[in-house]
Amino acid sequence: MKKLSTLSAIALLAAASVANAEEVRVYNWSDYIDESLLTKFEEETGIKLIYDVFDSNELLETKLLAGGSGYDVVVPTGSFLQRQIQAGAFQKLDKNLLSNIGNVWSDIEERTATYDPGNEYSINYMWGTTGIGANITKVQEALGADAPLDSLALVFDPANMEKLADCGVHFLDAPDELIPAALKYIGEDPDASDADTVKKAEDVLAAVAPYVRKFHSSEYINALANGEICVAVGWSGDILQARDRAAEADNGVEIAYHAPKEGALMWFDQLAIPVDAPDPGAAHKFINFILDANNMATASNYVYYANGNLASQEFLVEDVIGDPAIYPDAETIKNLYTKSPYDPKTQRIATRMWAKVKSGS
Amino acid sequence: MNLARRLLIGVPYLWLFALFLVPFLIVLKISMSDYAISIPPYTPTLDLSEGWAGFRVFWAALDFENYVFLTSDDLYWKAYLSSLQIAALATFFTLLIGFPIAYAMANAPDEWRPSLMMLVILPFWTSFLIRVYAWIGILSNEGFLNQILMWTGLVSEPLVILNTNTAVYIGIVYTYLPFMILPIYSTLEKLDGSLLEAAQDLGCTKIGAFWSVTVHLAKPGVIAGCFLVFIPALGEFVIPSLLGGSKTLMIGKVLWEEFFSNRDWPVASAVAIILLLILIIPIVLFQRNEQKQREADQ
Repeated sequence: MKKLSTLSAIALLAAASVANAEEVRVYNWSDYIDESLLTKFEEETGIKLIYDVFDSNELLETKLLAGGSGYDVVVPTGSFLQRQIQAGAFQKLDKNLLSNIGNVWSDIEERTATYDPGNEYSINYMWGTTGIGANITKVQEALGADAPLDSLALVFDPANMEKLADCGVHFLDAPDELIPAALKYIGEDPDASDADTVKKAEDVLAAVAPYVRKFHSSEYINALANGEICVAVGWSGDILQARDRAAEADNGVEIAYHAPKEGALMWFDQLAIPVDAPDPGAAHKFINFILDANNMATASNYVYYANGNLASQEFLVEDVIGDPAIYPDAETIKNLYTKSPYDPKTQRIATRMWAKVKSGS
Repeated sequence: MNLARRLLIGVPYLWLFALFLVPFLIVLKISMSDYAISIPPYTPTLDLSEGWAGFRVFWAALDFENYVFLTSDDLYWKAYLSSLQIAALATFFTLLIGFPIAYAMANAPDEWRPSLMMLVILPFWTSFLIRVYAWIGILSNEGFLNQILMWTGLVSEPLVILNTNTAVYIGIVYTYLPFMILPIYSTLEKLDGSLLEAAQDLGCTKIGAFWSVTVHLAKPGVIAGCFLVFIPALGEFVIPSLLGGSKTLMIGKVLWEEFFSNRDWPVASAVAIILLLILIIPIVLFQRNEQKQREADQ
């Protein structure tokens, strides 16, 4: 994968130097857009769109901080965006070029301002929660009819995990999301970034790690949908996509997503323009295209994530806007927490801990 | 020495300088820097606009702090040791499989040899990445291997191979086998058959002749093959990350984590420099020893 992306980066650089037709290069998360929008953008604007995908914030950040990534629009998560702004990785958005800026949802903007004060550098693309996806039948087979599907105890109580190990459990390979969840489970502040508190998550995670089949941030969509695994700690929309793929395949797999009742991490993926973007003009056109209420609704209807676009809500299908797993009700929202980036020292402790947990040493 | 000769010798040195020494110095420099939230994510960066003074400020900011840090955490030496072990064992298995193949090829009828050679090289026509992915399909619980084993009744439960160290060994042996076969084959091919006859005439058993003539003369090929397998296997990242499990500890993965999860380029560079030293020092010592022996033989 690394090889491929290095190659494509080289290809991009080569293309950039000879480009005469207008081009825009977008680097977004995998499974994160209705691909019909990509051709629609090209048809409407006449700009050639090169669309690449990644599945970890770390990968994106390394590219951004190395400089010369060659991308015009990237989609980091809020906490990562905050540090990248600090590093000088982005340019301020020219809101005059964004005629659809009025569509944004001020409730979400208020929250994203924690990461990007004044929302000067970024626009919210989608947001969601990190929670638990479960194959209802299989989990109930393993744990009985009263299996705690909506509780962190399902994945952090070793007694439950031992019984679930055989039918398969995946965790996100994202320490900055699993550590806060583990802290929440033992009643600590999930946003804690002092080393002593963060270290407390290790016991929780190490106790259940032996029962985790894989730590991976995108494979679980398919694995859940085809019944290969029965539980995944993952991102809301991805698990809902798995639910729908299973329903379409009609393979008897029934998936449910729950934001844990103890509290769930709420995250925001933000559209931003790298400081060295080859074509900031085209980048603004792409962002403006996404800001269009209809287009944003098309994307959300496809990927099952909530967006930060108030005007798009009238175009959302009932399945999306009416699903509290996607657009949580006021009660659930109170239960959601956000996470700020770790300082370098704590980051190292977190990464080290994560490696240790995963390798079981 | 005349000019033409010097130029000729200069070419490989220039090659080494541009493609080995310069990158090495850049990495060494980063390994002596400090982490920073900036682009690029370390400090200091060399600012030549201030001339000599800028260079002195830059020089003063470099230190060996990151190397000291590596000794403070047992993760690193455990990863080095585990990589050395995996690479050494995998090299041994590659030799075990590669030598008989090379021997058979060298003893095959002349008209077969080009086709056999072709068969060894053929896998390179497909991308390395795709070949490793194919092994996922073969080794997984529902994969070909388990299906065949279950069908023949050899096992009743699927063998868990994928995401274990066994899968990493299989991946490395498979990927690097041609690098073992080719150098051994090229030495065996040149082997003079009459030497074997002479050994047997002088009372050597068949096995004894094989050992003291064939194996002895194939030694340079075996050594070259082992280096070609061992060195890249030690720093391997793709195979352990695709086929290995979360328990597979290899230095390539540690490097990846330093770069991508910790964003700590200086520590990652220090890990890479140590890896290089682990490889280079024994190889240089070995070469020097060989050289001495050759001189002694003469």
